[in-house]
Amino acid sequence: MARRLVALAVLLVFLLLPTAAQAVAEGRTTAAGTPVAAEPTDEPSPTESESAAPTVPDGPYLSVRLLDEGEPVPGVTISATDADGGELGSAETADNGIAIIEIPGSGTYTVELDEETLPDGIALDDETGNTREVRAPLNGPNIVVYNIGTQAADTAGFGFQLSAALVSGLKFGLITALAALGLSLIFGTTGLTNFSHGELITFGGLMTWVFNVSFGLPVIVAGLLAMVFAAGFGWVQERGLWRPLRKRGTGLIAMMIVSIGFALFLRYLFQYFFGPQTKSLSQYTTQQRQTYGPIAIADKEIVIILVGIVVIAVTCIALMKTRLGKAMRAVSDNPPLAASSGMRVDGVVAAAWILGTALSGLAGALLAVNSQVNFLMGFKLLLLVFAAVTLGGLGTIWGALLGSMVIGFMVEVGPLFGVPSSIKEVGALVVLILVLLIRPQGILGRRQRVG
Amino acid sequence: MAAENTTGTTPGSTGAVDVGAARAALREVPNDPGAPKPDPILVGSGLVRRFGGLKAVDVGHIEIQRGVITALIGPNGAGKTTLFNLLTGFDEPDEGDWSFNGSSLRKVASYKVARMGMVRTFQLTKVLAKLTVIENMRLGATGQKGERFWSAVFPSIWRKQEDENTVRADALLDRFLLAKKREDFAGSLSGGQRKLLEMARALMVDPEMIMLDEPMAGVNPALKQSLLGHVKSLRDEGRTVLFVEHDMDMVRDISDWVIVMAQGSIVAEGTPDAVMADPRVIDAYLGAHHDTDLSELDEEKIEAEAMAELEGKDKP
Amino acid sequence: MDLFEILRAALSQALGPQAIVLALAAIGLNVHFGYTGLLNFGQAGFMSVAAYGLAVPIVIMDLPFVAGLVMALLMPVVLAVVLGFPTLRLRADYLAIATIATAEILRLVFGSVEMRDIFGGSNGLTGYARPFQDLNPYGSGIDLGIFALSRNDLWAATVGWILVALCSLLVWALMRSPWGRVLRSIREDEQAVRSLGKNVFAYKMQALVLGGVFGGLAGLFLALRQASVVPSDYGTNITFFAYTALLIGGAARVLGPVVGAIIFWFLLSGLGALFSQATSGANPLIPEVIMSNQQASLVRFILVGLALMLLMIFRPQGIFGDRREIAIDGR
Repeated sequence: MARRLVALAVLLVFLLLPTAAQAVAEGRTTAAGTPVAAEPTDEPSPTESESAAPTVPDGPYLSVRLLDEGEPVPGVTISATDADGGELGSAETADNGIAIIEIPGSGTYTVELDEETLPDGIALDDETGNTREVRAPLNGPNIVVYNIGTQAADTAGFGFQLSAALVSGLKFGLITALAALGLSLIFGTTGLTNFSHGELITFGGLMTWVFNVSFGLPVIVAGLLAMVFAAGFGWVQERGLWRPLRKRGTGLIAMMIVSIGFALFLRYLFQYFFGPQTKSLSQYTTQQRQTYGPIAIADKEIVIILVGIVVIAVTCIALMKTRLGKAMRAVSDNPPLAASSGMRVDGVVAAAWILGTALSGLAGALLAVNSQVNFLMGFKLLLLVFAAVTLGGLGTIWGALLGSMVIGFMVEVGPLFGVPSSIKEVGALVVLILVLLIRPQGILGRRQRVG
Repeated sequence: MAAENTTGTTPGSTGAVDVGAARAALREVPNDPGAPKPDPILVGSGLVRRFGGLKAVDVGHIEIQRGVITALIGPNGAGKTTLFNLLTGFDEPDEGDWSFNGSSLRKVASYKVARMGMVRTFQLTKVLAKLTVIENMRLGATGQKGERFWSAVFPSIWRKQEDENTVRADALLDRFLLAKKREDFAGSLSGGQRKLLEMARALMVDPEMIMLDEPMAGVNPALKQSLLGHVKSLRDEGRTVLFVEHDMDMVRDISDWVIVMAQGSIVAEGTPDAVMADPRVIDAYLGAHHDTDLSELDEEKIEAEAMAELEGKDKP
Repeated sequence: MDLFEILRAALSQALGPQAIVLALAAIGLNVHFGYTGLLNFGQAGFMSVAAYGLAVPIVIMDLPFVAGLVMALLMPVVLAVVLGFPTLRLRADYLAIATIATAEILRLVFGSVEMRDIFGGSNGLTGYARPFQDLNPYGSGIDLGIFALSRNDLWAATVGWILVALCSLLVWALMRSPWGRVLRSIREDEQAVRSLGKNVFAYKMQALVLGGVFGGLAGLFLALRQASVVPSDYGTNITFFAYTALLIGGAARVLGPVVGAIIFWFLLSGLGALFSQATSGANPLIPEVIMSNQQASLVRFILVGLALMLLMIFRPQGIFGDRREIAIDGR
């Protein structure tokens, strides 16, 4: 394609009440190149006192801030129209990227960006238009952030985009694989389809944030501590909740519903203590990707990928070679048989919980390093983890790995081949359903009791 | 939305079969594996079912004589239950064909097999625990108008039929000594009572052939005699009975013909006395498998059941 | 602390439109899960296809209101059939994963930027409910002091409770029939039902469709009542709240979901008002350090999660039910 492609990411509309000073102003930036969440997160609000800010009208107005990878883009013409298409005027973005357009009052408006005025090296994507619908809820200032996540236009050829997507896919696949291994271990030994597994991932992310930001520890130490705490959390819930349920003879379906209650409980508990915001760690938040030949990759991404590969490899080798690993697989295959041959099934199950939650906690920590921390981060990943595990074959370790990698690449590479990027997860979920249709036991699963 | 399960034709068994003649005819049959019968109701050939590398069932030829009691025996893991599952559509063989009353059952869904007149019970009883005994019984009746979605809303359509079914159900409960338990939840019954209920419920379908998977397993000795009587009475009212059993006394007492399986194949068949004296049978029970690796056999059995459940699905 | 105000908030929600939405969704789940044993975790999906089935023809395609209603009733049936074919043969947890995934797919697609021309993106669709509002016979709202509904809500509640009554009546009629007996038997042991010559797959499909239509009615009612369809209303939480309501009232009981939904909203909104009051004002009852006003709104949801767990563990038959016939073994 001759035309240079630039990904137009997302606009975000959020009201700003001067009084509602929520703990948002922790000057964070949207991580470059990462997908912006499809829901309103709280963008840092530009303050009126910034230099070169345009004069502020008395009446209602839209304050549109144009950001490219978090950097303001000056000199771009922005115009606004009302719902009926009536022109309301236009303005040029100032040095801080802000253009101010007066509006008659609260309502829904369309903001248009004049592509001709974009600086050299920045262009918009073909498919995403240059207009955005925005809601202005206030009869006063309405802050609109117009985010355009871009890449250097010179290198944004298809090959480069593909390699970038492959790197993201590998990274995302490995993070998913860690969580999927955890889910698979627990499912294998207990038969529990654990709907609270997403919250175990979140737990890892939140703990990393707590140790890093609240206690001021370095991110790496915080991540390791988070993993240890996640393992402890796994052990506690096995002893305090799941084992007693098994002893009572609670059915698997009943346990599944219990896990849903537990997920809701944890999710809102997390929100209670952590708040609804998306927060950043103190280190490695914005790292530019560096180019190595055909590949552009940030240092933290290299670390995430290496950690993922090493941990997964060690886990798999341990499961294959060690006594405990063999015991786990024996319990997966046939719990009564394992018990009758003198195995301590409870001990094996507890080990599976500890290992499984540690892996999931690590997934959460890596996710936190990769982007940010939010009380919903694990829940959003849960269905993809389910998809990965089902795709590969429920309860098999290699299946979980294979499924995760397939899902990771599908999600990240899909948008290059026409999957709408705002719903790139949908493709993976559709595959999940197709797998259930064609081969319910998964790619590597044995034909087992699935019917 | 209506369930198409109401053909209204029950394969009645109103004594059209002369039991004496059927038994007498068996005397002419040679005691060889896969021997043809004078009046077979069920014929199967080349039935093979593999689980992984293991041939759980490999039956060259099998015929079941109409109107008599045939026992299927063999050591654990011989493939008896798997064969049962194959014949009744709860599992699908890798190869082979089989027919019931002349019509092929290949690729026929299990519920259709039941409607054709071949009803089975299960080794582990499957009573509907949270339905009452009488509700369990009523469920068995075929061709119920009230089981169609739109008719269900209007009791006037199905009330009369329901009452008739209830009369029939009560008669069966009387016969199987369950009348006192009529309003109890089936889950509260003892193991033996469950076996009785399952048998009675199968009779609500009015099957031409009934297949009992270990009817004596877990039944206390006091009940055994009455169960034996019930099985015999099934034959005497003209139904064909095929049952799997380990209890050799029962096999000797009530069966007219015995088929012996080992390692998935039929190794011997004949009249009870002849079979009990057959060295191949003793070998099958005591010889090759005596004290060998039982865990392997268990595994096969577990897997067989898993497969049965996997395959035991409807074919729309 | 104003107990009267708390009671008023609780009662108004418990008898208002919110509880109706939940009751209808839970009636559907009762057919799926309570009677048939189908683990549908995607009731939100059935709700959303009905809501968009109503809105899209009217708003985007300019078709008459009735066309929207027809679509709203048709879409859940289509979804049930499409979903049921691959999944009804599978084990319960596969159905659960497939249904929750489908509901999320639908929500993401409905809210996607790319499909905004059809589904209105994250802002959703509005401007289709006029004919419904015009039918409103009430001149004003109702305020009995302890219980108040606005004019619109009063109309919605009237229609809604009639709908709930009709649905409950239908469930009652079906479940006492031989058809209902087959469903309950499938819940207990589908192999046994098969061995008696019943086409289990067909019955499960019928149950999925019926419960899906009830879920669709919940979505349709929500869309009519709030006059806008927004994708965020159809997240997974609504499904799990409906499960909680169902388990409160008792699964496999005709009025279980209705009673459960009323109690659910009574407690949810009562607790919300209670904690909101306890944490507001200059000198709040609960110190700011322990619970801020913002956190106060979350306590009730934490309790929902806890309630769902405890109910499933200790009283799977519901808080009023006896243990004689329960939907599912808690032990």
